[in-house]
Amino acid sequence: MSEHKKDIDAHSGVATTGHEWDGIKELDNPLPRWWLIIFYATIAFSVVYWVMMPAWPTLTGFTHGVRNYSDRAVVAQELSALKAQRAPEFERLMQVSAEQAEQDPALMNFARAAGKAAFGDNCATCHGAGAQGGKGYPNLNDNVWLWGGTLDDIEHTIRVGIRSTHADARFSQMPAFGKDGLLTEAQVTDAAEYVVKLAGGPAKDAAAVRGATIFGEQCAACHGADGKGDRTQGAPNLTTGLFLKADPAAVASKDWTSLRGSIVAQITTGSGGVMPTWEQRLDPATIRALAIYVHSLGGGEATVDPAAATPAAAATNPTR
Amino acid sequence: MDGSSPPPAVTTHRLIAASAPAHDVERADVEAVGSVAYRKLYKKREPIYPKAAQGVFRRAKWAILGVLLVIYYATPWIRWDRGPGRPDQAVLVDFAGRRFWFGPIELWPQEIYYITGLLILAALGLFLFTSLFGRVWCGYACPQTVWTDLYLWVERRIEGDRAAQIRLAKQGWTLDKIGKKAVKHAAWLAIAAATGGAWVFYFGDAPTLVREIFTGAASPTTYGFIGLLTFTTYALAGAMREQVCTYMCPWPRIQAAMMDEQSLTVTYRKDRGEPRRAFRKGESWDGRGDCIDCKQCVVVCPQGIDIRDGLQLECINCALCIDACDAVMEKMGRPKGLIAYDTDLNMDRRSKGAPERFDLVRYRTVIYALSMVGVAALMLYSLATRQTLQLNVIRDRNPAFVTLADGSVRNGYTLKIINMQPRARDVTLSIEDAPGAVMTIPGATVAGDVAHLRAAPDAVTETHVFVALPREAVHEASHTITFAVSDAVADADGRIAVDRNPTAFLSGVHDDD
Repeated sequence: MSEHKKDIDAHSGVATTGHEWDGIKELDNPLPRWWLIIFYATIAFSVVYWVMMPAWPTLTGFTHGVRNYSDRAVVAQELSALKAQRAPEFERLMQVSAEQAEQDPALMNFARAAGKAAFGDNCATCHGAGAQGGKGYPNLNDNVWLWGGTLDDIEHTIRVGIRSTHADARFSQMPAFGKDGLLTEAQVTDAAEYVVKLAGGPAKDAAAVRGATIFGEQCAACHGADGKGDRTQGAPNLTTGLFLKADPAAVASKDWTSLRGSIVAQITTGSGGVMPTWEQRLDPATIRALAIYVHSLGGGEATVDPAAATPAAAATNPTR
Repeated sequence: MDGSSPPPAVTTHRLIAASAPAHDVERADVEAVGSVAYRKLYKKREPIYPKAAQGVFRRAKWAILGVLLVIYYATPWIRWDRGPGRPDQAVLVDFAGRRFWFGPIELWPQEIYYITGLLILAALGLFLFTSLFGRVWCGYACPQTVWTDLYLWVERRIEGDRAAQIRLAKQGWTLDKIGKKAVKHAAWLAIAAATGGAWVFYFGDAPTLVREIFTGAASPTTYGFIGLLTFTTYALAGAMREQVCTYMCPWPRIQAAMMDEQSLTVTYRKDRGEPRRAFRKGESWDGRGDCIDCKQCVVVCPQGIDIRDGLQLECINCALCIDACDAVMEKMGRPKGLIAYDTDLNMDRRSKGAPERFDLVRYRTVIYALSMVGVAALMLYSLATRQTLQLNVIRDRNPAFVTLADGSVRNGYTLKIINMQPRARDVTLSIEDAPGAVMTIPGATVAGDVAHLRAAPDAVTETHVFVALPREAVHEASHTITFAVSDAVADADGRIAVDRNPTAFLSGVHDDD
């Protein structure tokens, strides 16, 4: 820095830095002392921090500091502490039956909370955060169940999955009537019209009558003569109008044009959804908590089912 | 860097005994550190060594200081029996338990508006007192004034009065000086710690907490707050003092709006005092003012100003200069009150020869007083008719509604039944304006749209409720239904507590379907 003559500002009597922009000069006022003290304090703090905490990278790793602190270790420790803290309740959950657990308010609250967390982590991807489902993914809030809605049914379904890799997986396959040429395009349309009629929609009479015959020959074996489905085979009840393979918005607003198209598509392809088996990924207690949570969403059925919505299915409803 | 340096503010002090033998009035040859002549932006703080004053106002200030400190330190120790399982501390802000206990009153967090009401009352009270008596809050009751006074008293006990303190400040670091300073700061810190220590007692059971604090068993939060308040007390009352009032406090700025020509302010009566000059023995009082320029008003001032410069923002109206001047006037054989509580109106009236007047009842004071009465009445009414059974309804948002197999539509709700009484209540939950509604509550028996539940004592009971409406009862995308919760038995005052809460029932259905 070269020596320069001190430029004293006439108004304030303070020297300037010599910098000037369009006639505006910068005064060389000192930094506020409180600011300067804090600035030096932060420097001192950083030195203390280097000594205490992991701070500097080295060629082979990093300096660990006196405290040898690690966020990752702390999280692991906290998680295991949390697990240990919750262990007694999970244990209790497995000692009683799922029904008994529902009668114990404290245990029920625990199971619902644990189930809700596990649901968010594992199930919400397909079934939605509110278990509201989507096209092809069942809504778990309503009282429509493909494979049964008792606690045991739900627990079993979570464990083995649907069309999954598990040996006991629940399995059924609807034929691809249209794609495989089992029915002609006209026959598929007629059968769909009958399904519309079953669900209480505005069906074209002539087509529905033709469709009824086709339904009796091709579909009644699984869906039942009355179209109310069969839970032993995961065949859905077609009379509710709550079609799984249709756009939920169309289901809610009863958009029959859209629904009719979805029915035709389903009869044509016969596609069935897959739910993975969770037995290998979740421990039994978590699966039980999940079952209790799903059962408590409002559509859960009592184990002994006196007022079943689908008497035909209830009569033949297997426990597993 | 250094411009025109200001004339040095003289802080020396000497007795002018030889030159002014008359009336043994002590004279100080000083300028107030904050006098108008030397006031300057970005001035470095100059220490103020206020001299001890004696007189009516000083005694009043000591009395008020004592009363306020006793209230502050004693309040957490007052006990109040509320029955088993409930705290027995009269005034307790229980953050962990989310309750505010004030004698017989128990407030929940959502009733924080009572605290707002108290703060509004306090603000209006401050306005009222300011318009009546000027800055009496600043001069007598403000914690900054009270603790600074206490610190000054301690300082004088250890270092001596003003003259001794100035001598000590000038002398080198002798053992004596180090000792005195160490004792002073230790005493200050002890007072500061006691202040912070007392503060935490308002937030926990005092007898338990005091034991925990001394055995090291108290929470880090407790020690943290004690440390924080120790620091602020020590810094504000020990080091910063008058700077808090002059630079930090917004009240000196705001108060100007509260005052009018009849507000009392500590005033130097220029009409009587001027022209001022030192008094020589035997001199006539004709042709000169009563002010003998002894500067006693300046040396006692804790704010470091010269009251004779007129009304100033820095002046906290502590009235110590009145005591100092009255003592001098007495010795001089002149009437007291050269510096006194006075109003602008009366100064004006005296100059015109009109009699003095002071009206307590003015538009301003009446409006403040009526506002206070209004707010207090509103709070009392709301407290007397306080709902002790309340119902909050939170509708499930995901899914917003569920269509069931038979076409009926179901909504879910989380109900929070708030029971503010210390007894468990059997309550009836019902749905109004929804014929045909079917309610289901996991773990409770429900008959159609009526359920019986138990609300835990002094707690929020949370229940999840499903409500289903048959398809034929649903006509619109959104219906309004009302949940009502009512107590099975009447309260002590004969009323049956009921609370209703309307909410939406969504269906996704449009009437043209």
